[in-house]
Amino acid sequence: MMTEISLNILDVAQNSVSAGASLIEISVIADTESDMMSVTVKDDGCGMAEEQLSKVTDPFFTTRTTRNIGLGVPFFKMSAESTGGRFKIESEKGRGTCVTAEFILSSIDRMPLGDITGTVHTLIVFNADIDFIYCYSVDGRSFRLDTREFREILGGGIPFSEPEVSAYIRDYLTENKETADEGIIL
Amino acid sequence: MKTLEELKAIRDKMKGQVEIREEDAGSIRIVVGMATCGIAAGARPVLTRLSDIVQEKALGNVTVVQTGCIGLCQYEPIVEVHAAGGDKTTYVMVTPEKAEEIIDMHIIKGQVASKYTIESAKLG
Repeated sequence: MMTEISLNILDVAQNSVSAGASLIEISVIADTESDMMSVTVKDDGCGMAEEQLSKVTDPFFTTRTTRNIGLGVPFFKMSAESTGGRFKIESEKGRGTCVTAEFILSSIDRMPLGDITGTVHTLIVFNADIDFIYCYSVDGRSFRLDTREFREILGGGIPFSEPEVSAYIRDYLTENKETADEGIIL
Repeated sequence: MKTLEELKAIRDKMKGQVEIREEDAGSIRIVVGMATCGIAAGARPVLTRLSDIVQEKALGNVTVVQTGCIGLCQYEPIVEVHAAGGDKTTYVMVTPEKAEEIIDMHIIKGQVASKYTIESAKLG
């Protein structure tokens, strides 16, 4: 099991990376009044055929060859459903995949969101060729990061892994998150 | 709060300074397993720490990259060091603290950090 929801997000987004996505959209939307947190990871990767999609929440199904179990999606599904929430995965071959997990915020069985800033930073910096859109919203206060805007400013010559740029991205995520959630720990 | 104007300032400051580093025969690759098994065992902070140290110490011939499942899930987090000559050393159950030692011993001093290798773990 993962210890944080943000690690589930990292894991599912790594599937998008493996699926050859060029754009990955991640959103974390929490609403304390409705006691709900919704997490979405959407990509434009290779997608899955119907038969593969029907098996993807089975822990004893995987497309990889190193071992014959695949726990990433089942872990994410279980972490949402154990709170009384819902899990949905939609995919179309050649078009991409969208994974949505809804968590009941107050459930005693809900894992903390954890270091979502670290997760998004890791994804952006270590996947130089992929663009990310990240939305974080708490009770209607939100911010959005779009690496295509960063790329347009930087041009082709300065990679996100360059220390100053990497530090800027981390600070951008940290400071905007604090403004959006006003210090609430999800 | 950070703004896009600050990114523009960084761009202007760095213009002409950044050389896109191509991997060549002299480069060392550090590979971190980032599949479900690695992530669940703590690979994210290991990857971040390795990358930070490489940047802090300006180790220009070293690249840190991620990969999928290496196939030895019980030993995660796994870090492989691919030396310039092609030799591979597999470090297992790596923590951010062990990652610092591995960089110091293996990358900077050129000695394998034997106590963290898979061979050492198998011997118990």
